[in-house]
Amino acid sequence: MTNTLNLFIGLAMGLNLLALASSRLPSVIRAAALQGMVLGILPLLLEHEFQWLVGVVAVGTIAVKGFVIPHLLRRALRAANIDREVKPLIGFVPSLLLGAAATIGAVALGGVLPLLAGQAGSLLVPGSFATVVGGFLMLMGRAKAISQVCGYLILENGIYLFGLLLINSTPLLVEAGILLDLTVAVFVIGIIMDRIQKEFDSLDTNKLTTLRE
Amino acid sequence: MNELALIAVPLLFAALALVWPRERTRSWLLPAAGGLHVASSLWLLVFSPALEPGAWFGFDPLARAVLPMISLLFFVCSIYAVAYLKVRQERRNRLFVFALLVLLGLLSLAVQAQNLGLLWVAAEAATLMTVPLIHFNGTARAFEASWKYLLIGGTGIALSLLGSFCLGYASLNAGGSGDLSFHALAGQFVHLTGDYAVKSHPWVIAAWVLLLAGYGTKMGLAPMHTWKPDVYGEAPGIVGALLAGGTTTMAFVAVLRVKQVVDAAGDSEMTQRTLLAFGLFSMLVAALFLLSTPDFKRMLAYSSVEHMGILAVGAALGGLGIWAALFHVWTNSLTKGALFLSAGNIRRAAGTRNVSEVSGMAWCAPLSARLFVTGLFAITACPPFGPFFSELLIVRAAFTAHANFTAAAFLGCLLFAFFGLTRLVFAVVDGRPHTAARTTARRFRETAGVILPPLAFLGCSAWIGLATPALLSQAWSAAVQLLVSKP
Repeated sequence: MTNTLNLFIGLAMGLNLLALASSRLPSVIRAAALQGMVLGILPLLLEHEFQWLVGVVAVGTIAVKGFVIPHLLRRALRAANIDREVKPLIGFVPSLLLGAAATIGAVALGGVLPLLAGQAGSLLVPGSFATVVGGFLMLMGRAKAISQVCGYLILENGIYLFGLLLINSTPLLVEAGILLDLTVAVFVIGIIMDRIQKEFDSLDTNKLTTLRE
Repeated sequence: MNELALIAVPLLFAALALVWPRERTRSWLLPAAGGLHVASSLWLLVFSPALEPGAWFGFDPLARAVLPMISLLFFVCSIYAVAYLKVRQERRNRLFVFALLVLLGLLSLAVQAQNLGLLWVAAEAATLMTVPLIHFNGTARAFEASWKYLLIGGTGIALSLLGSFCLGYASLNAGGSGDLSFHALAGQFVHLTGDYAVKSHPWVIAAWVLLLAGYGTKMGLAPMHTWKPDVYGEAPGIVGALLAGGTTTMAFVAVLRVKQVVDAAGDSEMTQRTLLAFGLFSMLVAALFLLSTPDFKRMLAYSSVEHMGILAVGAALGGLGIWAALFHVWTNSLTKGALFLSAGNIRRAAGTRNVSEVSGMAWCAPLSARLFVTGLFAITACPPFGPFFSELLIVRAAFTAHANFTAAAFLGCLLFAFFGLTRLVFAVVDGRPHTAARTTARRFRETAGVILPPLAFLGCSAWIGLATPALLSQAWSAAVQLLVSKP
């Protein structure tokens, strides 16, 4: 069981690096969507016997992270008529290197932190930390609003991975609330992005510089 | 039952606002809901019920110590809102009224939440509900502010979720069953020994770092304060007042609740040091920016950063300090209410917010200018207003704890903030009005609806400072008792 789980988590970590290295926005969106779907499958692997609530959460996650949000982002992409990230604040090669370094650091850190007996040997903690840092890098290093949203999604994916450590013990009510909040968050972000596009005629956040000291 | 009413009444009125057909009368739903909310929270302040064990939310001593203030703040702001929305009839107000009411309901839920997960869900939803309030004006600048708020606030909220998970995992590692209520967590960590303590301790520390960063972002502690000037500058005055007095208070309550759990795990020295460092740094950053900003609404944002720093310093100084910090939550929020509302009036009379283009407001908007200057003296801790007494108590707590350096740095930052604030306020109020301002000021009328609410805030601030009601002091003492006692 742990091997299959680790395979999926490793896949998610690889998708981080793919998203960090890619300059084309559609492939960044695809990487984030694929990562969300991979994560959606994980709760089913963790459960020993099928529970319908876990199933609902898994299906909800896959639907929202894998289809609904990417669809919204692609629509924004078409409306703004952009295809690639032109001038990132942190270049693609440096961000890829930083992402790789973060992955190594996360594996090292994950080895030090104490885990529960049943979870020893799983990559959940390193995978989560690497994904959170990868998301941060994208959030900070990119100029296009869509890339920043993808960074935020990857950051959330990392936190979701960590949340799986607790899936057997915390009430699913909380998890459902979290999923709901995230969905609404992305919708709100989408609406604001739409307005920014109309108001500034661009989705380049470098143009958002009126407000400063 | 009443605890639930605090959450349900605003949400019901919010639903009503969505279906209300008349644009003109919709704003009256705000004072109606606010009035009911004040009545029930004052009722609960006087006749506070015992907390049911295992409840997800409830009017516990900490909620009792701050929630009546949020009700009062909202109620007075809602009266101002009626007058405000009347002069802003060119903007549709359905979403605005709805979001304000939902925000009130969510703040009541978050302050009363007894469970780490529920607290997070409410805090995140409150963050999202603020976004439509920020871009009410619909300008390009307002969207820029909303975007920055979403990105920074969203990241902060994400960090606090990760921190909540870490704390939950720490509890699992300590042999817990995954009960995320604050009472259970604190009770579990306080008796840890041996292997359990070794296995959970790293996670407790990670949780504290992440949760402080996350909820600190919501509070606006430096260096996570960067959304504040943009948002307070662009949002309408009432929204600024509610954010500076309501949302930040909710985040402070969250920090206090988490601190209680981490303290129970034996890390009280770490929590105190980090809070002290963040607090003093926030005060310093705010004082420096106050000396340079040219915009009088952004000025209020830096002043808010400064006062969040004061709260953090107070919370770091032990029992007396926490008492003074809860006192300061009241005095600061009510005084800030007066400042934001009068600044909103001046902004409308002047047509702009930059000091180089605004002067002579004492002639254009005499009553608002007087309120603004009085509010300035109140917030910079001049007697007889509340902030003087609460800040004095924090200084006393610092000397009692033999933290002389802290007290000195605290007073130094207050002095610089005073210089910065007076520089801006008198530049706005004094001098000759600009020609452009004379025409905009002629259209602006100082009606009772926009003058009485800030006046009421100043009155409350002076009243709570001069004659602190015994009921409130008792409520704060009970909250301190809850926070420092070992379960």
